[in-house]
Parts: sequence; structure tokens; C-alpha cells
Amino acid sequence: MNLLALKMLLNDRAKYAGIVLGVMLASMVITQQGSIFVGLMSRTFAAITDAGGPDIWVMDPKVQFIDDTKPMQATALNRVRGVPGVAFAAPLYKGLLRVRLDNGEFQNCNVIGLDDATLTGGPPAMLEGKVEDLRRADAVIVDAVGASTRLARKPTTPGGSPVPLKVGDTMELNDRRGVVVGISLNTRSFQSQPTIYTTFSRATQFAPRERKQLTFILVNAAEGEDHDALCERISESTGLAAYTRDQFKWKTVMHFVNNTGIPINFGMAVSLGFVIGALITGFMFFSFTLDNLRFLGTLKAMGTSDRTLLRMILLQAVSVAVVGYGLGIGAAAWFGHSMSGTPLAFRMTWQLLFVAFCAVVVICMLAAMLSIRKVMKLEPAIVFKG
Amino acid sequence: MTSASTNVPAVPTAASPGREIAVRCRAVTKTYGTGNSAVKALRGVDIDVHSGELLMLVGPSGCGKTTLISVIAGVLDRDGGECTVLGEDYARMRSDAKTTFRGRNVGFVFQAFNLIPTLTIAENVSVPMLINGSPRTAAMKAAKDMLAQVGLGERVNDIPSRLSGGQQQRVAIARALVHQPRLLVCDEPTSALDHVTGQKVMELLRQVASAHELSLVVVTHDQRIFEFADRIAEMDDGHIMRITAGSGHKVAAHGAATGAGR
Ligand SMILES: Nc1ncnc2c1ncn2[C@@H]1O[C@H](COP(=O)(O)OP(=O)(O)OP(=O)(O)O)[C@@H](O)[C@H]1O
Ligand SMILES: [Mg+2]
Repeated sequence: MNLLALKMLLNDRAKYAGIVLGVMLASMVITQQGSIFVGLMSRTFAAITDAGGPDIWVMDPKVQFIDDTKPMQATALNRVRGVPGVAFAAPLYKGLLRVRLDNGEFQNCNVIGLDDATLTGGPPAMLEGKVEDLRRADAVIVDAVGASTRLARKPTTPGGSPVPLKVGDTMELNDRRGVVVGISLNTRSFQSQPTIYTTFSRATQFAPRERKQLTFILVNAAEGEDHDALCERISESTGLAAYTRDQFKWKTVMHFVNNTGIPINFGMAVSLGFVIGALITGFMFFSFTLDNLRFLGTLKAMGTSDRTLLRMILLQAVSVAVVGYGLGIGAAAWFGHSMSGTPLAFRMTWQLLFVAFCAVVVICMLAAMLSIRKVMKLEPAIVFKG
Repeated sequence: MTSASTNVPAVPTAASPGREIAVRCRAVTKTYGTGNSAVKALRGVDIDVHSGELLMLVGPSGCGKTTLISVIAGVLDRDGGECTVLGEDYARMRSDAKTTFRGRNVGFVFQAFNLIPTLTIAENVSVPMLINGSPRTAAMKAAKDMLAQVGLGERVNDIPSRLSGGQQQRVAIARALVHQPRLLVCDEPTSALDHVTGQKVMELLRQVASAHELSLVVVTHDQRIFEFADRIAEMDDGHIMRITAGSGHKVAAHGAATGAGR
């Protein structure tokens, strides 16, 4: 009877295609929009990702997210180093500075100052040069995307393409000279300002004179130390906030989720996909059931139990769910793949696929429910009606 | 009104094979709807169907023929009266027991065939076997054997729409018989078919009825097939008005092969 149920789905191929299309639409919109949302959100913590190694980030308790810079007293570094379980702690400067390009234009840049001794928190990969080159006089490293877009020089000929910033070029940060010694490969960030790496001490010279310059402290825990416990110990003994890398990423994401309209926009797109998919699927599936009522009635008259009919309809629903879901996530993945060379944020995670699957199952169960109700109430006597 | 039921004892039972009674209805009533829109479809029907006979149910449109066979087949609940089918009373059965009973004992043939379009004819015919819990391979084998018996052994893998109307009805008959039910109900089995094809279908039904000790109730408008009946029950306005002997025996005795003509 199961095979029969599946074959019955093909009684009307157009309708079958419609049902599958509805499911596909829903799962595609949910995964595609969801992936873009997750992609965008994971860009918010690009700087945390790029800083690599450190287990724990320590900062002023009022800091809400990675770009929210509220510098601490310079003494904080030594206090953190004194906390038991801290194997290593390095300072990190992070700030938005105005860079004067050599054509006289200004550009805001994310400046990251790395611990002079260890260069902890440096770029994840280099396109040109080495991180160690930062030790040279006036050295800065510029991220590749920034170098070829916002920091690029005017085209040499009118209408030509801009000339990317390259190793050896100079710029001015707060009236001080910076020399490009390397080009780094960074994770795309949410704010599209270029990222400029330099040493901590040089960064504090670039920055406008302020009393406090220490934005973050990057901590490595001692071998075998529990990170959560160490975070607690650090905040207790220093009064500063301490988060594991993942906690800080999450805190950053949640800041954007709670303080921007982004989730609402995506939430609406996803809900719309869900609702429209559910409507199409539900309507088509129900209409498919109505079309087949004569056959279902015949089966019922011939002695098919309600339980078997219920199982058949559920099986039909599950099979369109699986096919539609597969096509939907396939389409979304294809979309993501075809966008992989572009600045579009797209990150398909298994959680997202799972959510889409659950949504599709819900849609199909809702659709099936309508049909099941109809079939359970079906009088087998209808088989004799013309 | 009530005079109709007095006709029943007058039925010449000699015309029927005179075996045991498969279906026994007494004063069966059925009303559709309530209040102003209520339709009294059965107003007290008395009728017996003997084992192995072909009973035809005739009468004007709307007189309650379909309603009566629906009650007899157990797909519609009667409102009043008594009705036992193969010794069982649907009114005393739970709904799922009734469903199982139908699956085991009743075969259905419809005017519109009601074959599932995407299944091959063998798969269509195997359905009652599957419903009764046969494994797929056994069900398919029985279906193919049955199709061979109705002369469609070569077409088992075709889908219904590739067959003519008469062939489709033969498939439907194979489906109605494959699980060897004891009662077959047919609602206008020939009215979608041309005359010659209708005759052939009736011959087939006659043949299997005699071969399988099966009781057949055939609703029809088609006077040209009356000759296949053992008895003909005329209905009007929810009553059985008259029951007359048909010439079904002669037809059966002549053998199915003799034909289409009257
Ligand atoms: N489901 C229903 N609801 C309301 N009235 C019904 C229903 N089914 C049948 N009727 C009415 O009951 C009466 C008997 O109907 P039934 O279908 O049994 O007649 P019939 O003899 O089979 O007619 P026909 O030869 O046209 O098929 C008719 O008046 C019909 O309109
Ligand atoms: Mg009728």
C-alpha cells in the first residue's frame, strides 16, 4: 500500500510538481536567506576570528561588541597577567583612525595595534610580506580588500581602474607616516572599512592622545585550565569583563541582532518564504487529495482502514517534503556557490539546514493534516456517486 | 406505500438457485439530511439475495437503488430495519470491523471503473489482496492470474488509460474478484460501455458468479442486460415494487461464448 501511495502522487504530475515546488520554495528561501543572515552575522566578529589564537578576551565591562572600543587603564595588563591560570596576556589596540592617502583624501580605517614583543592577534594570512615586517620603522600591514578598494589610488588614466595600494607605498595616520610592508588576507568584515595592522606602541602614537589606549587584552590559558572558570577568575580579581573567544563572538552577534533591524528584515523574508511555501504546499496537497478522493473512497470502500489511509497520506507528505527539501537546499547551495567570488555574505550551516528541514516537515504535516481530516470524514458511499 | 413489502413473499424463489440466503433486508430505511431538506431514499425495503444468484436492481432515477446497495455493501449505515449480510449485521459491528469485513467479503464494480490511473492494471487488481494483508508478490501473482481469467493476461503492465472502456471494466471486475469475496455489488457496470461491450462484461460477471458461488447485486438502467439476471427487483420511491424471475439461467446454460446478441 505504501508503494501505491507514492505512485498515486503521480496521478497528476502538474500538481505533484506544484506541491514539490511549494516545499522547495520554502526550504530554499529559508536556507538562502538564513545563510546570508548567518554570513552577515559571522562577519560582525570577523576581527575576533582573524585575531586567531587567544582563548580569552579581556575588556572594559561596558564593551558590547568587538568594534565597541572602551579602553582600559594600562595597568590592567599586569593585573590580568597576575591572575592564576593565565599563561600569557598581550595588549591589543583597536580603534577607528582617519588615514590620509597621498592624494590628500581621508579614509576611516580600523587600526589594530599588536603586542610589540609577540605580535599576538595578527592577520590570519599574508598575501605579501610577513607579519614580522611590522617591526620595521613606520611599518603597517593593509588588508587586501582595503588595499584594492577604499585605499586604492585614483586611476592613472581617466576611466581606468584604481591602482591598489602596494608594499612600499606610504600613508599618513594622524600626521605620522606609515609605510606599507605587507598585504594581509582577512575575513570580510561587517563594516567595510579597511583594516590596518601595526604594533601596539606605534598604534598609540597614531591614535589621538588619550589617557587610556589599551582596548583588549588577549589571554592564553595555562595548559588544562578551564576557560570559563578562568574568565570568572579574571573578572573577579580585576573587575574587567573576560569572555572566551566563542562567548565574545556570540556577544558581538547578539549586539547586532538586538540593536539593528537586520534580524527583522531576514526574519520577514524567512517567514514570508515559510508562509508562501506553506500556502502553496497546503493548497496544492489538499487539492491533490480532493482530486483523489474518488480513489481514496474506493480504497476505503474496498476495506482500507483509516489507519492505512492516514499512513499513506503521511507517506505522501513526507516524500514531497524530502524531495522538495532536497531541491530547495540544493538550489540555495548552488546560489551560495555561484556567489562565492562576490562580497555577498553566505554561510550555510547544518543548524540552518536542520531548521529548514523542520520548517518543511511542519509545512507538510500541516498540509497533510487538512487532507487527513478530509479523508477520515470521507464516507465510502461516495464511491457510487457519479 | 406499505403494500410494496407485501410483494416480497410472492417472489418466485424457484427462479433463484435456491441456495442459502446471503443478504436479508427487512424494512430497511434510510433518510438523507434532516428537516425540510430530508430525502427518504429507502422507505422500508425487504429483499433477500441468495448465494450464487445474480439479482438486478432496476428502477427510475432517484428511487434509491444506489442507496440500497450501499447499505448492503456496508459503506452506508441504514437508519432502521434489519439487514444481515453473510450472517453479520453491520449495525452491530465497530467501524474498523466493518471495514475489515468489506475488505474480506465484498467486491465492488463501479460505473466509472475507479481504477487508479498511475498503477498498472496488475497493481490495480492486486489492491484488495494488499488490503487484506497479502505480501506484494503473492498479491501480484493473484492479480495476474485473475487478469488472465478475464482475458487481459497480456496487458498486465499497461496503465488503465491505455485500455478501452470495456477492458477497463474487465480490470475492475478482476479487482472485485481477486480476493474471492462472497458478495459483489455493481452500480451501473455497463452504462459507460457500448452495447456489445456491455453484453460481454455481463457475460463475464455471469460466468464468474456461477463459477465462484458468488452473490451479485447489479444496479442497472440498461434493459438490454436484464436477460443476465436470475431475478429482477424493481424499485420505486424507496420501495421494492416487484420481483420477477429473469432468464439468467438460460444465458448461463448457453455458455458465455454464445454471445452478444439478444
Ligand atoms: N448523499 C446524499 N444526500 C442527500 N440526498 C441524497 C444523497 N444520496 C442520494 N440522495 C437522494 O436519495 C434519493 C435516492 O438516491 P440514489 O442515489 O439511491 O438513487 P438511484 O436510484 O441510485 O438513482 P440513479 O439511478 O440516478 O443513480 C435521491 O432522491 C437522491 O437525490
Ligand atoms: Mg445510482
